[in-house]
Amino acid sequence: MTEVNQDTILKVEDLAVHFPVGGGLLGGPRRFVHAVDGVDLELKRGECLGLVGESGCGKSTLALSILGLQKPTRGRIVVNGHDIADDSVGRMTRARTTQMVFQDPYSSLNPRQTVRKTLEAPLRLHGFNAKSEIDDRIVDMLRHVGLRADVAKRFPHEFSGGQRQRIGIARALILRPQIVVLDEPVSALDVSIRAQIINLLLELKETLSLSYIMISHDLGVVEHMSDKVAVMYLGRIVETGNWKTIFSTPRHPYTRALIEAIPDPFKQSRGMKIVGEIPNPLNPPAGCGFNPRCPEARDLCRVPPTPDLEAIGADHLVRCRRVHEISAGKLTAP
Amino acid sequence: MKFRANLLIGGALFGLVVIAGLFAPLLAHTDPVMGANLMNAELPPDTEFWFGTDAQGRDIYSRVLHGARISLTVGIVSQLINTVIGVCLGLSAGYWGGWWDDFVSGLTNLMLAIPSLIFALAIMAILNPGLTSLLIALGLTNWSFTCRLARASALSLKSQGYVQAAKVLGYSDVRIMLTQLLPNMLGPIIVIGTLGMGGAVLAEASLSFLGLGIRPPYPSWGSMLSDARDQITTAPWISIFPGLAIFVTVLGLNLLGDGLRDILDPQSRTRRA
Repeated sequence: MTEVNQDTILKVEDLAVHFPVGGGLLGGPRRFVHAVDGVDLELKRGECLGLVGESGCGKSTLALSILGLQKPTRGRIVVNGHDIADDSVGRMTRARTTQMVFQDPYSSLNPRQTVRKTLEAPLRLHGFNAKSEIDDRIVDMLRHVGLRADVAKRFPHEFSGGQRQRIGIARALILRPQIVVLDEPVSALDVSIRAQIINLLLELKETLSLSYIMISHDLGVVEHMSDKVAVMYLGRIVETGNWKTIFSTPRHPYTRALIEAIPDPFKQSRGMKIVGEIPNPLNPPAGCGFNPRCPEARDLCRVPPTPDLEAIGADHLVRCRRVHEISAGKLTAP
Repeated sequence: MKFRANLLIGGALFGLVVIAGLFAPLLAHTDPVMGANLMNAELPPDTEFWFGTDAQGRDIYSRVLHGARISLTVGIVSQLINTVIGVCLGLSAGYWGGWWDDFVSGLTNLMLAIPSLIFALAIMAILNPGLTSLLIALGLTNWSFTCRLARASALSLKSQGYVQAAKVLGYSDVRIMLTQLLPNMLGPIIVIGTLGMGGAVLAEASLSFLGLGIRPPYPSWGSMLSDARDQITTAPWISIFPGLAIFVTVLGLNLLGDGLRDILDPQSRTRRA
């Protein structure tokens, strides 16, 4: 099942993460939250995969599993042909392959460490001892992220949000990883700074030949950065494809609603809205997980089991029973 | 910089005690143990005996100076032991969670439920009275507050992005605790440690007063008070001066702890933009 394509750097197969809830002495029956439930993903070398979905859909849990911070319940995570979900791959090997840029630049830097210390400690940990080599790497990396070499002796509180995020990016890249998980990398920044950081990330992807997994609920950012997009809902991927396909011909009602929700001053809203809350993952709806909120839902959507991902075009997969009717334009909503 | 009265006064009082302890052999007029002379028994304070003499005719001034050494040793060493135990247990419990956290929290609650002085008394009753046993007894009985504080700090800090980042960078758990968590919780722990030192000085005095601490003739403030019990109406200076020394030390340490808290508390610190 895992023939390794030369271009494929990361392959996630049937990944599931279930969290136990309750149980114990007085906790009532022990149940499981299916935070991630059978996700397949493929990341090609040099690509940026946008992972989209609202809060609680499991995208962060998925990212933590890829980083090795969350042990999966089942499934495989194959990086460069090696399954990293099993414990034989240590933290150190993983650290040199996969890194992460965090959402909040204020809490993601240790307030008691200078920039130099923040960048130097991981290098020393990974066996770099020569001072000249460490210095070279730090100066080089600071230049890559657009900071002057003399910032190294300063503490995080002396920097602005945008500068802090640059330091966070430098820390993620200092070990020269191949895959970088970007967890909402610009959502905590001022709008005026966002474009700078996005452009920096795109530039670094080329110069350092990186592959990105970008988690975001901001489709505007995803549209600008991603080559491929995967839309998650209730722990499952509901639609995936090239960004062009997803943004020009979205097929799943949830994706359509998300794209409708991108603010556009020149466009009249067509009124496609999602109402209600994300369902309780302890008690997911029967059939399609989106059916209680879906304007297109019919009786067949409420019948178990969960619909399968269906290929409707080149690299375009949709998890919806009515996808052909919807493609043909038979919509309830105007 | 803002004038900080409690830090300044506390520091001055504690500094006075430290100087007294450090230079006791130079500042004292007579040997605190061997300087007994029954001819001088129970003399009130005068120009020769600044604090008067006790029932054995020993110079109370010299004994109070030497007592500072014992009180400081007990305060600092026992509090260091407490801090190390409390930080190790609390930090690892907060960071790791699970059964280890349950175990440590249970142990902490157990320790808090037993009056620490009674517990120290029990330990002293088993061990031979003396300075080392006193350090062990007080060092093993007062770590619960430090432990709770370290656990709470670890719980709140471990979800910070930089701790996650350290994990992703391949840091081991122990390295994360020492380099990422500990430096960021040190402020409150120093404050608790300083305040606890005052408590340890008092506990030493109490144990020595009860005869389970430093044994006579060595000049501990507590045992001096204990000796002075019978003469408290006829020769009050014998008990006043050791009592005053305890008072000054504990007050100084408490003010110092308060002052340090004001400085180290992030909310009172002005944030540089």
